[in-house]
Amino acid sequence: MEHDPRFPIQRYTDSERINHWIVAISFMLAALSGLALFHPALFWLSNLFGGGPWTRILHPFIGCVMAAAFLSMALRFWHVNRLQARDKQWLRQWRDVVGNREDKLPEVGKYNAGQKLIFWLMVICMVVLFVTGILFWRPWFADSFPIWVVRAATVLHAAAATFMIIGIIVHIYAAIWVKGSVRAMTRGTVSRRWAAKHHRAWLREKTGQ
Amino acid sequence: MSSLQSLDITRRSATTTPSPQVRNTVDVAKLIDVSKCIGCKACQVACSEWNDLRDEIGFNVGVYDNPADLTAKSWTVMRFTEYVEQDGRLEWLIRKDGCMHCADPGCLKACPAPGAIVQYSNGIVDFVEEHCIGCGSCITGCPFNIPRIDKKDNKAYKCTLCSDRVAVGLEPACVKTCPTGAITFGSKEDMHVHAAERIVDLKERGYKTAGLYDPPGVGGTHVMYVLKHADKPEIYHGLPNDPSISPLVSVWKGALKPLALLAMGFTALFGFFHYVKVGPNDADADAADETHPDSSAGPR
Repeated sequence: MEHDPRFPIQRYTDSERINHWIVAISFMLAALSGLALFHPALFWLSNLFGGGPWTRILHPFIGCVMAAAFLSMALRFWHVNRLQARDKQWLRQWRDVVGNREDKLPEVGKYNAGQKLIFWLMVICMVVLFVTGILFWRPWFADSFPIWVVRAATVLHAAAATFMIIGIIVHIYAAIWVKGSVRAMTRGTVSRRWAAKHHRAWLREKTGQ
Repeated sequence: MSSLQSLDITRRSATTTPSPQVRNTVDVAKLIDVSKCIGCKACQVACSEWNDLRDEIGFNVGVYDNPADLTAKSWTVMRFTEYVEQDGRLEWLIRKDGCMHCADPGCLKACPAPGAIVQYSNGIVDFVEEHCIGCGSCITGCPFNIPRIDKKDNKAYKCTLCSDRVAVGLEPACVKTCPTGAITFGSKEDMHVHAAERIVDLKERGYKTAGLYDPPGVGGTHVMYVLKHADKPEIYHGLPNDPSISPLVSVWKGALKPLALLAMGFTALFGFFHYVKVGPNDADADAADETHPDSSAGPR
């Protein structure tokens, strides 16, 4: 089937997709509840979670679900996200990337350099969010740490969350912008044309074409 | 909460627009003269009696401090310090610990729940527990380590400076009960005058470094101390020398808040305009153009 041009190409397995969507859903919930507590202008978002106290109670548990699911996803995908020499050239030509002049770019494997950078940004942010989140989680852990640790953890948590949300906005936009990408995560397949245009080296590796 | 003029709210947590400012009320202050305190703990009892607080009966930990720390139900605690002076003399320093009612309160700045912490126009900083969400940000923001979260209801508590009594022209319960007159209450201005007299007296009696503790780093406080050793406040059971809101808290609740939202908003907006300008990156549409050469003639 992989070699028959009439069929689409499998990009993500069932379990990879389920894993991704557990991360995505828990991210949305964690981000909305976190933003409610971050800026007064967004405190109304706490209504989505049953009010202020429930938002405070749920947020860290949602975060733990996200961190666990993300760990599983990162273990699946880290090796295809290793940065390579050709990624530098791709990044250097970022103008061609945003200008839809993809034909001028070097060949791309399963992920392009932008996707890889997003991946590693998410890894770093997730580690910071998880560790700092534990440090000021009340009423369970915060009292066990010196106040300066709690303060540093709080500000780092907010900063890492900001970078993560910005990264995810880019991630979602890229999926809308590059047509045919969303289906990779919803149905697991991409068209042969999609693969040939955006990930030619991956297509060749997959089909030998 | 404040239908009384004496409890006009001038500052409210997690609120970005100004609270009513027009009516001008007198700044109040409590002055604790540490040199007159005998450590009888009558103020602790009066506090728990007036506020209907009955803390757990704890354990003796080998020092006079009882309870050993502030709790959600013990809003003031006598702190005892055995201080050895340079000439070898022992001095017993006793300080009534509790909320300092900062003019620039770190708790209020850090609180994410609108209206859970308020500052009245008379300067008192009060927690409004029914709006509290129990996150503990007030503890993170406080330069004096005062707020405590109750284990049962997960709400933060601290000294109210008897805002309910002050609102109807009474002094706080601790002031009313103090048998030595070590605690006095009045307008902040009057308390400054009274403190100055006390400091002159202490200096005459050999306490060269006697002075007032009204730390400017938090905009001054509405609970002030007369200290015999005002040059070393830290010897009074770690009373901070020059306290201020931590820069980490200021960054978190200052610049980061608006900048982060702006950055998120601009990223989304940039994406939208990028789509409007260069359009989708569509492999299948490219293929369609190749099959129907006419359609590639127009702009796309």
